[in-house]
Amino acid sequence: MKGFWAVYRRELYGMFASPVMYVVAFTFLVISGYFFYSAMAYYNLLSFQAGQNPFMAKQFSVSEMVLRPFFLDLSIVLLLMAPLLTMRLFAEERKTGTLELLFTYPISDRASVLAKFTAVVSTFLLILVGTLPGIVFLHYLTSPSWQPILCGYLGVFLLGSAFLSLGIFTSSLTQNQIVAAVLSFGTLLMFWVIGWTKNLVGPQLGEIIEYISFTRHLDTFAKGVLDSRDLIYYLVFIVFFLFLTLRQMGSYRWRG
Amino acid sequence: MIEAEGLTKFYGSMAAIRDVTFRIDQGEVVGFLGPNGAGKSTTIRILTCYMPPTAGSAKIDGLDCFEKSLEVRNRIGYLPESVPLYSEMSVDRFLAFAAEAKGVEARKRRKEVARVVDICGLEKVSHRIIGHLSKGFRQRVGLAQALVNNPPILILDEPTIGLDPGQIIEIRHLILNLREKHTILLSSHILPEVAQICQRVMIINKGQIVATDSPANLTSRLQKSALVVIEVRGSSDDLASCLKQLDGVQNVTSDNDNHNRMMVETDRSRDLRPEIARLVVAKGVDLLELKPVDLSLEDIFMQLVTEETTQEESET
Repeated sequence: MKGFWAVYRRELYGMFASPVMYVVAFTFLVISGYFFYSAMAYYNLLSFQAGQNPFMAKQFSVSEMVLRPFFLDLSIVLLLMAPLLTMRLFAEERKTGTLELLFTYPISDRASVLAKFTAVVSTFLLILVGTLPGIVFLHYLTSPSWQPILCGYLGVFLLGSAFLSLGIFTSSLTQNQIVAAVLSFGTLLMFWVIGWTKNLVGPQLGEIIEYISFTRHLDTFAKGVLDSRDLIYYLVFIVFFLFLTLRQMGSYRWRG
Repeated sequence: MIEAEGLTKFYGSMAAIRDVTFRIDQGEVVGFLGPNGAGKSTTIRILTCYMPPTAGSAKIDGLDCFEKSLEVRNRIGYLPESVPLYSEMSVDRFLAFAAEAKGVEARKRRKEVARVVDICGLEKVSHRIIGHLSKGFRQRVGLAQALVNNPPILILDEPTIGLDPGQIIEIRHLILNLREKHTILLSSHILPEVAQICQRVMIINKGQIVATDSPANLTSRLQKSALVVIEVRGSSDDLASCLKQLDGVQNVTSDNDNHNRMMVETDRSRDLRPEIARLVVAKGVDLLELKPVDLSLEDIFMQLVTEETTQEESET
């Protein structure tokens, strides 16, 4: 893993020197803040009604009514934002020719792919930390149990990392950042909506399709359920696309 | 130090270089000369482990560029032709990255950066963003990153291309000063640059090495005269002497095995082929063949020399 930290630090520097990251972070936080607010406001409204209805009050739960929709909403915002974070990673280096430096420094391809991925995931994690004040606020008001919160964040984090690994792959395919972003957005959306066809294609294929799709895996996390199937799904997804990126780098070298 | 054997690289079905073989010893400064598109960059990219060759092998210090890629890369400082730099970084920071990437220990990094900044004369701009620098300074930053970690071999692809005359001279001086400590391979399409800096020149054309010699030898060998071979049928004893009397012909020798075959040495400044042909026909002899010898090399050379003169003119 020679050169990992060098590339990692340079990549973080590049990330923070470009306005794209700030615009993405700003938009992400504003929209997620809005979602959090609306979930809270709705919860608030219902809890007034529940005050007069003890039966309804029994079914009340913060994690079910605020956190679960909040995490699901976050994932939709992520779908739009992740491609913008990853699009420059390889495409820009190909365009400006700096990939030639990276390829001729004593850094293995594996280290540079992994370093770039880790850098973008770190950035994403930092943006995600920006949503925590809402949770602190929630904690102050209602003292919800922290396990489902952690679990939800873990789900969002893994989902985001999966998005980013796909994004890094599409970025390695082209030297045009827009093409990279559109490709990764399209593919992500496909993974998102493919689950909708599960009832149309027969039970066995439907099962497979549902497993491939993002939606179901995220929902278990959002509900506060930690299932090894979902963990493995995300990990395999990430490793698979990082591997493809590595292969793509090798192929790029051969073609010259 | 650098050994290339039978290097061949195909882009799709097009061969960029074919069977390129050469050797560079330690401490040599070798110029890689050829017109644009001759395969200089391709060869260099193989040596620097940017890409593997389709066939053949390249070795640096006895290590194969493909199999021991990381170790080879440790020994090479490379300045790519387009001088790619991370333009959002400051000079200092970029060089520190290069040092870290090349495995310079953390506590020595600052010193190493200071060293290359000093060599390349970058003190004044070391805190500035690379994207804001002039082309000349960018070129020096490119050279500085190649020098980081003091690699024994420097490979510079067209280090002076696109610079103004003053900057060209500065960069040449820089390279001249590096000669003592490094083995240098320098590519160029301009002869005087190579003649000033290098002990040995390899001329490459259409993907093949056509000549290797010292710049002085090459010049004297090629600039003196041009050879034209003619073959005739029928005998005319005074043909040789008549040819000799033609204006611009320096010498005529006939082939020992075949008396009908003659080598005509002509003045390089003029193309005498039409006059030779006319003379032969006027003598009543059949002209079977008339061709210039080794034209490819001469052509390239002429091209390089002409580019040299235009370049020199713009410098003065």
